[in-house]
Amino acid sequence: MYSQKQLDAIDDVIQTNLISAGLDHVIFMDMGGNAIAKHDNGKSYLDSTAFAALAAGNYAAVDAMAKLVGESEFSLLFHKGKKLSIHFSKVTDDTLLISMFNKELSLGLVRLKVVDTIKEINQILVEG
Amino acid sequence: MGGLGRENLALINVKTKEVQVKIVYYGPGRGGKTTNLEYINETYQDRIKTQMVSLKTHDDRTLFFDFLPFDVGQIKGFDVTIQLYTVPGQVKYNATRRLVLRGVDGIVFVADVQKEQRKKNIESLNQLYENIDTYNLDLFEMPLVMQYNKIDLKKANIPILSSQTLQKDLNSSLRAPAFEASALSGGNVILTLKKIISITLASIQDQLF
Repeated sequence: MYSQKQLDAIDDVIQTNLISAGLDHVIFMDMGGNAIAKHDNGKSYLDSTAFAALAAGNYAAVDAMAKLVGESEFSLLFHKGKKLSIHFSKVTDDTLLISMFNKELSLGLVRLKVVDTIKEINQILVEG
Repeated sequence: MGGLGRENLALINVKTKEVQVKIVYYGPGRGGKTTNLEYINETYQDRIKTQMVSLKTHDDRTLFFDFLPFDVGQIKGFDVTIQLYTVPGQVKYNATRRLVLRGVDGIVFVADVQKEQRKKNIESLNQLYENIDTYNLDLFEMPLVMQYNKIDLKKANIPILSSQTLQKDLNSSLRAPAFEASALSGGNVILTLKKIISITLASIQDQLF
C-alpha cells in the first residue's frame, strides 16, 4: 500500500512537472487498471475510471505482443490524435504513467518531462 | 517497500480514502458473463457513475473485456468501488483472459448448464486455475462464487445438467458458494454479485482494515 507521504509526494511531482507544463490529464495507475493519482488542468472532463481500465488492457496487450516478437517490452507507447495525444510510460513493473496533451505541446517536451517524473516517482517509491 | 507488488491486494488509497476491488466474471464462451454485467448495469444505474465499457467483436462477442465500476458505499471511512470485469470466453483468446486476471481480488465462475457444454465448463475452470497460477495466485484461496447459468432453458426442454452434476464436476474440491441463475431475466444475478462482493471484501478486510 502507498503511504500518505508517498501519495502526497507523487501528486506534487505530477503537478510540478506535468500539469504546470501544460498537460491536460495525467494518470498514475497500476497494471490492474486502478488509478492511483489523477490530475487535470481543470478544463476538460475525462472518465478516468474507464480510461484506466482500458489503458491497462491496452498496455498489457502491447506488452504481450512485444514478447511474441522477442522484445522484453515496449516501454513507451504513443497515440497521436488531431487535437489530443496520449503518451504511456512504464514507471515500475507494476505501474504506468499516462499523459494526455494537446497540440500546443510537442512530444519532445512531454517525453523529457515524463522521464524526469518517472525518475522522481521511482525515488519516492524506493524511499517509502 | 511500500506500495509495490499489488498483485494480491485490492488497491487501497490512504490519501483519497478509496478502495478499488477487482472482480472478474470467468467461464466458457456464450455462458452469460456479459449478460450478468448488463443486468447489473441496468439494475443499479444509480450506483454506476460511468458507462459500461465493452470491447466486442463485430458479431457482439467479447473481444477483450467488459468493464463496469460499481459503488458499494463506505467501509470504515473508505469509499469502496467494485470494478467488475468479464473475460472473453472463446478458447482462442486465452492470452487476453490471462491479462484481464491481473490484480484480481475475486472471481465469479459462470458455467453453462446446457448438457452439451459440460466439457467446456470443466476445461474453462482448469484453465482458470492455470491462468491465475501465472500470477502466483491459488484458486483454492481466491474468493470465488460458482454460478450455474441458463437454468431457464429447462422450460424450453433443452437438456441441462443437474446442479448435483455441476457441483461434482466443478465444485467438489473448491466448495465455493454456488447459485443457479438465469442471467437473461436477472434470476440470481444480484444474489451472485452480493455474495462475491461480501466474501471478497471479507478477505480484504482481514488483510487491511
